[in-house]
Amino acid sequence: MRPEELRPRQAGSAIAPESLEELAGEGAGSMSVIGRRNRKVDGAGKVTGATVYTDDMALPGMLHGKILRSPHPHANILSIDTTRAEALPGVHAVLTGREMPVTYCVIPWTRDEYPLCVDRVRYIGDGVAAVAAVDEDTANRALRLIDVEYELLEPILEPERALDADAPQIHEAGKPGRNGNITKHVHLEFGDVDAALADSDVVVEDEYFFQGSSHTPIEPHCAIGLYDATGKLTVWSATQVPHYLHRELARVLDLDVARIRVVQPAVGGAFGGKSEPFDLEFCVAALSRKCGRPVKILYTREEVFYAHRGRHPMKMKYRTGASRDGRIRAVDGKLLLDGGAYASFGLVTAYYSGQLLTAPYKFDTYRFDSTRVYTNKPACGPKRGHGSVQPRFAFEVQLDQVAERLGIDPMELRRRNFIGERTRTINELRVTSNGFLQCLDAVERSSAWSDKFRRMPFGRGVGVAGSCYISGTNYPIYPNEMPQAAVQIQIERSGRVAVFTGASEIGQGSNSMVAYIAAEELGVPLEYVRVHSTDSDMTPVDLGAYSSRETFMVGNACLMAASDLRKRITAVIANEWDTAAAQVGLAAGWAFDLSDTERRIPISEAFNIAEAKLGTLAAVGHYNTPKDVHGEYRGGTIGASPAYSFTAHVAEVDVDVETGVVDVRKIWIAHDCGRALNPVLVEGQMEGSAYMGFGEALMEEQVFKDADHGRAGLHNAPSLLDYRIPTSMDTPELESLIIESLDPEGPYGAKEAGEGPLHPSIPAIANAIYDAIGVRMNAMPFSPPNVWRALQAGGAREAWERARRDMKRTEVAAD
Amino acid sequence: MHSTIQLNVNGDRRTAGIPAHYTLLETLRYALGLTGSKQGCDKGDCGACTVLLDGAPILSCITPAWEAEGREVRTVEGIAMPGELHALQHAFEVTGGAQCGFCTPGVLMSAYALLSTNGDPSLDDVRDALSGNLCRCTGYTKIYEAVLMAAQALKRDGGGRDPVPGDRDAAVVPAERAAGE
Repeated sequence: MRPEELRPRQAGSAIAPESLEELAGEGAGSMSVIGRRNRKVDGAGKVTGATVYTDDMALPGMLHGKILRSPHPHANILSIDTTRAEALPGVHAVLTGREMPVTYCVIPWTRDEYPLCVDRVRYIGDGVAAVAAVDEDTANRALRLIDVEYELLEPILEPERALDADAPQIHEAGKPGRNGNITKHVHLEFGDVDAALADSDVVVEDEYFFQGSSHTPIEPHCAIGLYDATGKLTVWSATQVPHYLHRELARVLDLDVARIRVVQPAVGGAFGGKSEPFDLEFCVAALSRKCGRPVKILYTREEVFYAHRGRHPMKMKYRTGASRDGRIRAVDGKLLLDGGAYASFGLVTAYYSGQLLTAPYKFDTYRFDSTRVYTNKPACGPKRGHGSVQPRFAFEVQLDQVAERLGIDPMELRRRNFIGERTRTINELRVTSNGFLQCLDAVERSSAWSDKFRRMPFGRGVGVAGSCYISGTNYPIYPNEMPQAAVQIQIERSGRVAVFTGASEIGQGSNSMVAYIAAEELGVPLEYVRVHSTDSDMTPVDLGAYSSRETFMVGNACLMAASDLRKRITAVIANEWDTAAAQVGLAAGWAFDLSDTERRIPISEAFNIAEAKLGTLAAVGHYNTPKDVHGEYRGGTIGASPAYSFTAHVAEVDVDVETGVVDVRKIWIAHDCGRALNPVLVEGQMEGSAYMGFGEALMEEQVFKDADHGRAGLHNAPSLLDYRIPTSMDTPELESLIIESLDPEGPYGAKEAGEGPLHPSIPAIANAIYDAIGVRMNAMPFSPPNVWRALQAGGAREAWERARRDMKRTEVAAD
Repeated sequence: MHSTIQLNVNGDRRTAGIPAHYTLLETLRYALGLTGSKQGCDKGDCGACTVLLDGAPILSCITPAWEAEGREVRTVEGIAMPGELHALQHAFEVTGGAQCGFCTPGVLMSAYALLSTNGDPSLDDVRDALSGNLCRCTGYTKIYEAVLMAAQALKRDGGGRDPVPGDRDAAVVPAERAAGE
C-alpha cells in the first residue's frame, strides 16, 4: 500500500512522502489526482485485448439469433408462416411480433414501436421475425425459410410529403382529424419577434439543410439473453442506457423488474447510437425464454445502419435581426425534422432544436417552430450533440452573414452578443459559469485569426463559430423525484476502495472519472480503486450515458459518498493525533498531518483504525438536479440543465477551386469544461468531437435511394466503405485548448466535454469556406461536387472581393 | 462440414475444428478464444480485425483461415512479454490513445508492423500506416502521439523484447502444401 510498494508501472504516478508537503498547500494545486494527466482505470485491458465486450462473451450452450428484416419501406404484413424455419434441424426457437405485441420507446409518452413488427413494416430493415439456432449459418438459413406476405403501401421519403393532407399515414393519428405523420410540433415565442425584426437595422434571412448522419461506433450492437430455470432473465448488452433497457424489458416481456438483471459489458463506442432499447435486446430475451438456452445476437454492420437513431435531417429557415452595432434583436427559426419511421427521442429532439440555441449569445426576442415528421426510413434519434448540432450549424452561418452585412469581424460580433455568466437565457434557462469569452480569446490567439481573416489569397480562409451544450438534462426521461445518479463506495481492509456505479462507460471514461474522485478524496493511489459498473444486480441506478450527464451528475454523487467517508476517517485520525480533522490530509497512500507531514501513517492503517472505531467503512452518495433552472411554460423543462459548457472553434481551409475539394488544414478547439478532472480525457473528447463534426461536414452522406435509383427507401451505403467516416489521412490537425470556468455546482467545478465541442466544427468550416472562396455552403455536406456546383453558380469571386472591401472600410472607419 | 486446422498463433501451435468458410478472425475469436481482435464490419472496411501474418498487417475478417496455415499469426495478445506492456501499449495508455478501445487492437497491430520496419517514423508515416484503421472516438490525434512516443521509447531501449522467439522454420506447414512446394 505504501507508494514504494507499488509495481514499477504505477510507481511513477505515485507521490513520495517528501512530496506530501506540496499537497498540504491551499487551492487547486494541492490536489493529488484531480486535474492531473492520469491513466484510465480500464486502459490496460483495452491495450492488451483483455477487455471483454459483449460479443467476446460465450455462455455454455449459447445459441445464435438472427432477425428477419423487411425488404419494403412501407407495407402491411398479411401473414407470416414460420413452419418451414421451425422444422429446420438446429433451429431452437422462432419468434414473431405477435408474441410481443407491446409497444415501447425510450420516451414513455411516444411508444410507437414493436420489438418485431406486428401488422406493418415502416422502413427497409424493420424487424419482422427472429430465430435462435445452434450457429449463425443455421440461423441465416432459417430466416430464408420464413414466409412473409406483404401488401405494399406508398412510402414517404421526403418530409414535406408527410405533411400533405392526402399523404399515407405511417402511424395512426393520436386524435381524429390530426395528421398521424406529425410526431411532434413545437412552437414557442419569447418576446415580440415581429416587432423586433421590424425595428432591426439589418435582417438576414436564409435557408439551410443538414442532411443527417449516423453514429457508426466501431462495435456493432450485440446482446445476449439468458432466461434461466428459476425464471430470472439476464441480458448483457452493448447499450449506453442499461436502466431504460431494464424497464422496457420488463414491460414488453411482462416480467417483474426485480426478476431481470441487465449487465452492460465494455462498450465499443456509442455516440448516442445505443441510447435506447433495440429489437435485438427484446429478441434475445424472448428467444431465450422460449428455448431455455442463452441466445446471442450480433448486428451486422448493415443492420447497425438500419437501427440508426442518428442525427435528424433538418430543413431550416432562419431570420436574424440585428442593430447596427451587431446586437441580436430577434431570431426566428422554422425547422422541419425528418424523423424516420419511429418516435425514438424525437419529442426531445423537436424541443432541443429550438431550446438549446439561446446561449452563448443574448437574444432580445426569439421564436422557433419545429415540426418532426415520420418518413419510411430508419428512425432518427440522438447523436452526439442531440438536436442542437443542426440549428447551431444554420445559426452560426447566419451570424457570419450578419457580421458581413454589418462589416464587423465575426469574432467581435460574437463577443458583443455574449450572454454573460450567472444569468438567464431568453427562454429562461439558468446559466451559471460561462467561459465563452475565454474560448473566443483562445482560438483567436492560437489561430492567428487577425492575420488571416479576410487577408488570405483566394482559396484559403478561416471561420469561427461558437456553441453551448447541456451537462445533463435537468429532468429524467420518466418523471420521478428520485436521484438522477447514485454511487456506493466500500473500503476494504487492504486499502482497496470499491466504487459501485450505474454509470455507462462507453469509452468516454466514466469509470475513470469516479475512480479519480474516490482516489482524490480517500487518499489512495489510483490503482487501489476498483470500479464496478452497470450491473443492475450490484450497482445503484443511473440513467445512462446521454445528454453529457455523467461527469456532472455521477461525479457529484461519487464526491458525496467519498467526501462523507473522508470526513469520518479524518475525524477518527484527528482524534488519535489530538488535532483537528481539518488538519488531517489523505493523499497518495498516506494519512498525514497537514502542518507536519513527517507525522504520517499508510492510508490502509488509517482505514483500519477508522474501521475499528466506526465499523465497516462504506457510504452512498447521490445527486439530484436543482429545481429552479427553467421557465414555467409547456416544454420549459426540456433543455434545462444544471450547467452548460461553451465552445469556440476556428477552422482553416484550403479550397481547390478547380475540383471543389475542401482541405481542412486545422481546427482550433477551445472548450469550457468547468474543470478538467483529467485533461487527457477532456482533450480526447474535444478532438473526437471536432473530428466527428468534420466528418459530417465534409464526408458522410446519409442517402436513401428513390424509386428512380433502385429500391425506394433503401439505404444507399450501409457499410463503412461507402458511408465514409474520416480515416487518419482525412482528419485535419486538431488543437485542444481547455478553458476552466469552475462551475459552482459541478464536481470540483467540472462540466461536460463529450458533446459540446462537436457543434462549432461544421459552421466554422462553412464560414471558412466563405472566407476562402466567397461561397456560402448552406447545405451539407461540403463535398467536392456540392462545393464545385456552388462555385459554378457564379458570383463567388465578386462576393469574396466585396467581403474584403467591406471589412477594410469598417477598419478604416474604426481608426 | 467442420475441418481441422492447425495454426501458429503468438508462438503457440493451436488446432481447431472450424466450418470450411471460417475467416481467420472467426477462427481466432470463436474457435481459439482469442477475442482481442475485433469485428467491426466483417468486410475489410474498418481494420479492427488487423493481425499480422508473417509480420505483415492483414485484415483477418476477409482472410480465409486456411490462408494462415503454415504461417505465423500475431495478435494483440502476443506482442508483450508476460506481465508487461509493450512500448506501444504503454504509450496508448499514457496518451489516452484508447477511448472505447474497440479499434485499439487493430490500430496497435498496424502500428507494431510500422515500427518493426521503421524505427523512426514521421507523423506522415504514422498516418499512412494507420490509414486502414478506422477510429471513431479519438480523432486520431492521441493515437499519433502514442505511436511516436513508442517509437522513441523503443529506440532508447534498443527495440524492446519480443515474447515470440523467431522460429519461422518451426512454423506448421500443412502436408499438402509442403509437398506442393
